[in-house]
Amino acid sequence: MMGKELRIAYYIARKDLKAYYLKPPLISWGLLLPMVFILAFYLRNPKDISEISPGLVGMTMLFSTTSMAAIVISFERRIDALERLLMAPIHLWTILLGKGLGAAAFGFTMALFALILMVFVFGLQVSYPFSLFVSLIISCFAFAFLGILISVGVREVFEAMTLSNFFRFPMIFLCGVFFPILSMPIALQVIGFCLPLTYSVDALRQSLLSHGGVIHRWLDIFILAGFCFLFFEVSLAVFRKRTEGSS
Amino acid sequence: MDGKEIIRVEGLRKRFGAVQAVDGLDFSVREGEIFGFLGPNGAGKTTTIRMLVGLLKPDEGSAWVNGHDVLKESVRAKESVGVVPESSNLYAELSALENLIYMAQLYGVPKKEWRGRGVELLQEFNLLDRQDSKFQGLSRGLKRRLTLAAALVHRPRILFLDEPTTGLDVMSARGLRQMIKKLKGKGVTVFLTTHLIQEAEDLCDRVAIIVKGKIRVTDTPAALKEKVRETEVLEIRLNPLSQDLPKQLEALPGVEKATLLEDKLRLYGKSLLGSIYQILNHLNGQGIGVLSIQTLTPTLEDAFVKLTGIDAEIMRVEKPVKMGGPG
Repeated sequence: MMGKELRIAYYIARKDLKAYYLKPPLISWGLLLPMVFILAFYLRNPKDISEISPGLVGMTMLFSTTSMAAIVISFERRIDALERLLMAPIHLWTILLGKGLGAAAFGFTMALFALILMVFVFGLQVSYPFSLFVSLIISCFAFAFLGILISVGVREVFEAMTLSNFFRFPMIFLCGVFFPILSMPIALQVIGFCLPLTYSVDALRQSLLSHGGVIHRWLDIFILAGFCFLFFEVSLAVFRKRTEGSS
Repeated sequence: MDGKEIIRVEGLRKRFGAVQAVDGLDFSVREGEIFGFLGPNGAGKTTTIRMLVGLLKPDEGSAWVNGHDVLKESVRAKESVGVVPESSNLYAELSALENLIYMAQLYGVPKKEWRGRGVELLQEFNLLDRQDSKFQGLSRGLKRRLTLAAALVHRPRILFLDEPTTGLDVMSARGLRQMIKKLKGKGVTVFLTTHLIQEAEDLCDRVAIIVKGKIRVTDTPAALKEKVRETEVLEIRLNPLSQDLPKQLEALPGVEKATLLEDKLRLYGKSLLGSIYQILNHLNGQGIGVLSIQTLTPTLEDAFVKLTGIDAEIMRVEKPVKMGGPG
């Protein structure tokens, strides 16, 4: 039973990746924007690219997964294709898991692309490959379910993208992407520690550079898993409410 | 008709804000029949289907599909059901065959059958030469056909069709109706909604007439026509035709109902022929020329008008086609 649902979640993700990876909003927000940031920081100071690389990888994951999540939910809702899934003999959680899996896979691929660029072109070295791999995976799922949570309430892709930006842009300034979180005022630090990107960047920083962590990297990963669960459960509840009452 | 019940609905209600869309529906559908929900736009037809296929939660009441409670066992209920929604909502970026394979995956069709079943359906619906065409590139009629094929991929026992021919040209609509009749021949139970009286008469074994969320009457088209057998129907072509003429004529003795149909006036009444002199006199007095007069055998449309009091013209108003809809 569980195996059947997981298999269908995989089919949903595979279809989403095949159907949507070339959608213009995904290319501009999920691919071009992070790449522009990486190039801009490299050209500004090539020697310091290592120090900022965890933040750039985290930001790449955040933008690509949430953009994909926005597409797979709001685009399909707009053309009524989401109803296809709701009419199928599968559970609601299977649909969300499939959607999240597709978004996470896209984000993971983009993050891997950014990492390969940094390792082979900019000479970045990886200190803890296993924790790097786990933190990438868990971060992608956390951001994917965050993206789904943002997108389940809207119908148009541009609305989902705009709403996503209300979360994404503050996050890149509050979560230690460009400067250490501990150097910010206390009030902003409190907000920063409530956001998943903080833990993602912290785990990546330790896994890539082996220094500069605020908390232990495995604790970061554990907290990110908690965010995953929280975002999944809340988006499931919102999705259920939205779909059952719709006309 | 003595098939066993395959759909049962008891006291179903749904409200959207101030609008009571479905207001206490009770009905059942027998295995192997084509059951039609006939009513004007906004009567509650689509809302009922959406509740039966698990897209909408009823405020009150219960429904069973193939013996499964649609609320408590929604996944089991959906397994035996195929749905063709009002809008042809397959995946624009996937080809015709890819769409069918994806549906087979979602409905748990064994992996070794995916491609074969897809090709078989494309063949059956005359779409084989378009198997690699993207869904977004198909014409409205082909999209509709493919949507019907997609609903059959897991060989469902029950097929729900919401306004299946809305937005289609005459030939495509006719072809689709023939396909629906063929499905009945294969033992599939069909539940369809339509606002087209002729479609209901052509296709359905039984028809439920629904107005403002309530079923007015349920019966076979023949039995419904029988209910108005004693009613005489006169169709008069006039020149000129004025909009307030039906009201004036309804005031005359013997005329129970008068409606305008394009350039014709249709009159209903139990002793119309006895009043023909007064009717012609009235028209003459208004300076209206009579081009032709014809007596008609009552049709389902006449039964509908008589039983609901709704003008048949209202039923001809097409719902606007949604974006991504049947087009």
